[in-house]
Amino acid sequence: MSGFVAGVATASEPLRRFFQVARGAGLRVSAAEGIDAARAVDLVGFSDRVLLKDTLALILAKTPDEKQLYEEAFELYFKRDAFSGRTDGEDDDDREHGEGQAPNRGPQAGGDGMGGSGGQSLGQLLESDDRATLATEMEKAAREAGLENIRFFTQKNLYARRILDRMGLRALERDMEAMRQTGTPENLGRAQFLEGRVEQLRDSVRDFVERNLILFAKGETEKFREELLKSARLSNLERRDMDRMRILVRQMAKKLAARYAKTRRRRLRGHLDTRRTLRRNMGWGGIPFITVWKQKRIEKPRVMVLCDVSGSVAAMSGFLLMFLYALNEALSDIRSFAFAGSLIEVSEILEKEPVEQAISKIMQTIGYGSSNYGNSFADFEDGWMQFVNNKTTVIVLGDGRGNRTDPRTDVIGRLSQRSKRIIWLNPEYKSAWGTGDSDMYRYAPFCNLVTVCNTLRQLERVITDILEDAA
Amino acid sequence: MNDALPAHAPLESIEEVELGLESAGYIASRRIATAIYLAHHLQKPILVEGYAGVGKTELAKSVATWLKLPLIRMQCYEGLDESKALYEWKYGKQLLYTQILKDKINSVVGEDDNLTVALEKLHSFGDIFFSRQFLEPRPLLRALEQPGGAVLLIDEIDKSDQEFEAFLLEILSDYQVTIPELGTIGTLVPPIVLLTSNATRDLGDALKRRCLHLHIGFPDEKLEARIIASRVPGIDARLLKQLVSFVQQLRGIDLKKAPSISETIDWARVMVLLHTAVLEVDLVRDTLNVLLKFEADIEVANKQIAGLTHKARQDAGV
Repeated sequence: MSGFVAGVATASEPLRRFFQVARGAGLRVSAAEGIDAARAVDLVGFSDRVLLKDTLALILAKTPDEKQLYEEAFELYFKRDAFSGRTDGEDDDDREHGEGQAPNRGPQAGGDGMGGSGGQSLGQLLESDDRATLATEMEKAAREAGLENIRFFTQKNLYARRILDRMGLRALERDMEAMRQTGTPENLGRAQFLEGRVEQLRDSVRDFVERNLILFAKGETEKFREELLKSARLSNLERRDMDRMRILVRQMAKKLAARYAKTRRRRLRGHLDTRRTLRRNMGWGGIPFITVWKQKRIEKPRVMVLCDVSGSVAAMSGFLLMFLYALNEALSDIRSFAFAGSLIEVSEILEKEPVEQAISKIMQTIGYGSSNYGNSFADFEDGWMQFVNNKTTVIVLGDGRGNRTDPRTDVIGRLSQRSKRIIWLNPEYKSAWGTGDSDMYRYAPFCNLVTVCNTLRQLERVITDILEDAA
Repeated sequence: MNDALPAHAPLESIEEVELGLESAGYIASRRIATAIYLAHHLQKPILVEGYAGVGKTELAKSVATWLKLPLIRMQCYEGLDESKALYEWKYGKQLLYTQILKDKINSVVGEDDNLTVALEKLHSFGDIFFSRQFLEPRPLLRALEQPGGAVLLIDEIDKSDQEFEAFLLEILSDYQVTIPELGTIGTLVPPIVLLTSNATRDLGDALKRRCLHLHIGFPDEKLEARIIASRVPGIDARLLKQLVSFVQQLRGIDLKKAPSISETIDWARVMVLLHTAVLEVDLVRDTLNVLLKFEADIEVANKQIAGLTHKARQDAGV
């Protein structure tokens, strides 16, 4: 592993490992940035820790969030080096490893721990309590065992075992067994003494592995968890995941908003706007000094959301509203309505308060009843149908289960004529549509899109479609 | 410091940078100095982010003053394109030229009736319309063409379009631009490039990767006091302490827009103008609009002024 970068600046090995740690922590360190960082470190050197930290921060971390992550990773990684006493320890080791000039460690260098001499030397180290050498040995064994590949906490014991083996624990245990069998009080005492020391060694190795798990795998585990959450059904999320979900929703929305918020006007290259060009150049007698090009104006979508907030669909509604309001800047206008037995407008509550509190407030006012779709749609027609025009996208979120009340498909029919389109999001699986009291198939003919939507990923896809359609 | 050597000679060490910027009236934290130092030695642009008024633009100005380099500033806005940023052909001059040519064409081509001969003669004149005489250099090209180097400030890059950001990449990584009619134009002395952003939108990864990223936050009490002392000469040391303490506390309150350094400086100037020695609650209340720019913020702060002023006076030992 160390030969991999041989010939590059001496600083490269610890630095390269730090990049790996930084990636593990969730930073995106590209190869180019790695080269820049190495060049910068060549300039400033390793001696000044604060300077090193500032330098790498300039190159590796490019947003405030990343700066935070970077700071944690830096502290964790370079603290560990300080613990073993030397920053340039890696280079030392490599040299010894290559030239075999370390007399007391020589036998272990290639060791898988099966050799008797290896065990003896571990025993000696433990007896003499040479912590510095032990720490170095541990690091070396860890590298041989490929500790930087650790990803999950379940691998902790496996790696600890491997490291101990490489340090020669098995041989030592055999020796200790032999000592015990001789039965002399001196040997028995020594074995007991060693036993205590081995216990300490185990503890420190386990500790070491744990630290490395945090170093190398934190980002991965988080990412894994997030991926899982994105495709988990929103209705059966656990309470402890809620905070993380909110962050996720905000991240996704921010990404979409950044992509779609800006493109309002796009110049059409090569299409001369003759009328405006002539007018602009009247001063020069119509000779076109300044050219004006045609522009395409891009409408931001106007959205009206009708959310079922009764029992089963409530969680999903919360997320949809959260998503849409986080997207605010990419939409020109958004009005939201909540319904169960009847329908009310909730735009004002959502604008005044942070979405999380607003949602619980809405739920208290109207939610958790049994839903009556027909009644709610009629309410909408009475109060707000007049505001719907051919630029409005209407999103209905609900399972379409109206408890056997009149579905009032006629209202939805009129709504579909007035609006640009109706999108119906149903958190139920398709196989359940039309069963029992579900009126989904009665509404479906009037909707431009009816789709299953019960995970964050599906939600993102639907909303991207809405935005894309407008662009 | 500035003899015949190339203009960047003072950039020997980070301490030099710190001292140099201070001589130009900019009190830089070590992190900022490191960034400038690395930008020069790695020949990389710096992307400076931070709240409005923490001295992003000022940094570029000070670097230019200190190194005695011309500062070339390009303000970004929505719709900015290469004809305004890089170069433009002087259409008017070209048209004028055509008119002249029309009159003179006979004397140039001669009385040849043969079209081929006439065309050949014309060809020998070369591509006069698209030569440097007709090129109007805009900030980016000007920065590359400065013989002794320059400081190029691309201000508020986040206000420009994504397309423009992509267009900048060639300049930022290779310090060269390509003009189709003329070819690629390089540079003799690479300029020091600073880009600033208020983070109204996320910049592309490609751009970020090519830059060093410097985030300037609010300074701590000591640094802020030094900055103000250098910007508002003649301010009483005790007043300075009170001001800084007050502003630092104010930043702790939950505000829509916390006061930046530039606001602190303005406020300090106001206080000096008013011959203030000790902060009084009424005075603070009357001048609060210098520090806070939102009605709601002023309302929130108003309620706590008495406490904050008291604490500030205590900190300064008044």
